[in-house]
Amino acid sequence: MSERIAVVGIGQTEFKSRWPEISQVEMVHLAVKRALENAHLTIKDIDAVFVGNMELFEGNYQVDMWLTEGDGAYLKSGMKIQTGGSTGSSVCTTVFDHAATGLFGAILGIAYEKQDEGSSDYGLRLVSEDTFFDIANGGRAAGPAMAAMALDMLRRKSVTEEQIAQLRVQESENASRNPHAHLRKKLTVEEVMNSRLLIPPLRILHMCPASVGACAMIVAPEKVAKKISPNPAWVVDWVTVHGGTLPPLGHMGVYMEETELGPQWAFGVEQASLKLYTRCGIANPRKEVDVIEVYNMSTWHEAEWWERMHICEKNDAGKLIKERATAMDGDIPVNPSGGVVATNAIGASAMQRFAEAAIQVRNEGGERQVPNVKTSMAVTAGGDSYSAAALFRKSLY
Amino acid sequence: MTRRVAIVTAVQTKFVSSQTDLSIGEMIWEAVGKVLQETGLKFEAQGGDKDGLFIDKIISCSEDYWQGRTISDMLYHMEEGGLGMSLTKVSGDGAFAVYHGAVSILSGKHDVVLVIAYRKESETVGSVIENAGFDPIYLRPLGIDFLTAAAMQANRYIYRYGVTEEQFAEVVVKNKGNAFRNPYAQEAMELTVPEVLHSKMLSYPLKELDCKPVSDGACALVLASEERAKALTSKPVWITGIGNCYDAHYLGDRDLSDCDSLQMAAQKAYAMAGITDPSKEIGLAEISEEFSYQELLWMEGLRLCKRGEAGRLIQDGVTRRDGRLPVNPSGGVLSGNPSGVAGMVRVAEAFLQLSDRAGDRQIAKVETALAHGVYGPAGQAHCVIILKR
Repeated sequence: MSERIAVVGIGQTEFKSRWPEISQVEMVHLAVKRALENAHLTIKDIDAVFVGNMELFEGNYQVDMWLTEGDGAYLKSGMKIQTGGSTGSSVCTTVFDHAATGLFGAILGIAYEKQDEGSSDYGLRLVSEDTFFDIANGGRAAGPAMAAMALDMLRRKSVTEEQIAQLRVQESENASRNPHAHLRKKLTVEEVMNSRLLIPPLRILHMCPASVGACAMIVAPEKVAKKISPNPAWVVDWVTVHGGTLPPLGHMGVYMEETELGPQWAFGVEQASLKLYTRCGIANPRKEVDVIEVYNMSTWHEAEWWERMHICEKNDAGKLIKERATAMDGDIPVNPSGGVVATNAIGASAMQRFAEAAIQVRNEGGERQVPNVKTSMAVTAGGDSYSAAALFRKSLY
Repeated sequence: MTRRVAIVTAVQTKFVSSQTDLSIGEMIWEAVGKVLQETGLKFEAQGGDKDGLFIDKIISCSEDYWQGRTISDMLYHMEEGGLGMSLTKVSGDGAFAVYHGAVSILSGKHDVVLVIAYRKESETVGSVIENAGFDPIYLRPLGIDFLTAAAMQANRYIYRYGVTEEQFAEVVVKNKGNAFRNPYAQEAMELTVPEVLHSKMLSYPLKELDCKPVSDGACALVLASEERAKALTSKPVWITGIGNCYDAHYLGDRDLSDCDSLQMAAQKAYAMAGITDPSKEIGLAEISEEFSYQELLWMEGLRLCKRGEAGRLIQDGVTRRDGRLPVNPSGGVLSGNPSGVAGMVRVAEAFLQLSDRAGDRQIAKVETALAHGVYGPAGQAHCVIILKR
């Protein structure tokens, strides 16, 4: 029998392109400090600390060791978790598992990236299917796979390029209300449509930025959560699903829509969402969930994920954009935080989805708060279709 | 603790100094394939079987740096069985992955967890990677790696407790001798203390034979909840205690002969297992000694003996396979395990002993065993797992 658990504290740094005056340890410390303040706890109340970060992006091996200087892990339990883009959410599910055992009091999860201190582009090129062919050819960047998916959305007339620009404007409006977002400038459809073309149809303003920042989350079992928090975000359930690419097909450049698994990354998002719905007894997510945070590495992905999360029918993403159904005042708001296209400190991004979903049920969203949120959901995605999903509720389930 | 966790099976590949016959994926499959064959288990994503006996979570353990690959396990989901599965990756030592697996079952969220660790140390230069494990501002420019950090620890240990290089050499002689009985061990050697003392000096006081060799290999375990474990095997081995802990990063902030984090990790595991006097209650220990002195120092941190006493115990033969407290009857890490996999191999070896499957290296009548894993410079983080028949 698992313990019921809740998110009781969240701390985020500001997110920016460069942060030369602060070290990784100091940056993580800042997020931890804010999370502790938010939870009304001190580091003495924390029993275990879990860290997530992409080690080849900054060039730190076993960075959890160095971080003990600032994350409070000294003489505490913990380990480092890393699964790619979904790293932050994998840290969360590890924290949730630990909290649910009832063996710990409060547990701290940390996820961060300081991309100004390394080359994430180089690090990303090392995400290769095959040592000999891919790396010899300069490695495999995420862009081509994303472009393939966007082209597929155009081909099956799910969205138009204009609609994607409209959605990007909506995302930028949301980000402008989030003090932690990296790109907060409000965009216009013209700006997005005329921005630099990367790999058709991807434009630079469709894409996530390279951000610097950290996110920390404190989770506690029921007996602790009830004592310390007036507004805990109860974690109803959490799942992880690993989709995986098929190396021979991915390697040969065969687009995965041709296979039964669907496009790269989409399998994990869809299966994680469906598994979560089944386990939580959700029949109609669009009606039963009040707000969703999803890992939108590009604006195209946000639209694709709506279909994959079954909040609309296949090929209906464009219709949702037209209705502004996922805007702050729509019937199913998605990414009131602005999402990953506004802020992407890679290790942190997936934890931020979980954190922002929890913030919404805790009613701590400030200007980005959606009114009357009782149930929220977070779904993440990353390289090789690692996905995690969790459902949060305001009242004890 | 309301649930119980058992180990159902454990598989290792033969550890070798340079695995050129198998790719990393093939190495993983050698271990995982054997696990599936032995247990008859399938994966949840395959639909499992009618009795609900299926692997419902996979925890892999590897590090991007050693693999030279971002998302180091990304290529291997075919071999691990990851497609459509709940999967996560522990970036550290294998004992921590076992710890995570036990936690996932104790949480009530999972019932049967496959844990896998793998590494090919031969494909890269370890000291360069280890140097990147230190803070980049003050320590990294010194050119320090885990060997030189360990040498400082060994010196401090000698200075404080009067242990000797001869005693360190005794550990090497014992463990490499034990390795003759272990078909998976990489380096079994018949050595004498003078031979160890006269091997090439690497970083004073550590000589070549005091250090673990470069090693390639993989290890896989299946953990299960009580009910599933009983359905899967007639001889489950129970995990009764788990504990892990971090120490401070800067070597100068620690007294390197103290190993505070190990003591804390052990205390958590003992408390959970209800062990009050580990020196009497532990029948066998598999300890991650990447360097000879560590077996002695970690024994003290684990409270298997008093501070400064471990040197005498090795000389008196107490930790030999026929002694009162056999330590590393498998041959230990000194006989060749990749770091990162080593901690999981310690758990696997303890499991094999307690389930009477250890073959020639079987120690009779052991009820409770301890497995230990370590990662980080000079043992910054430790993990302790207590196992019981």
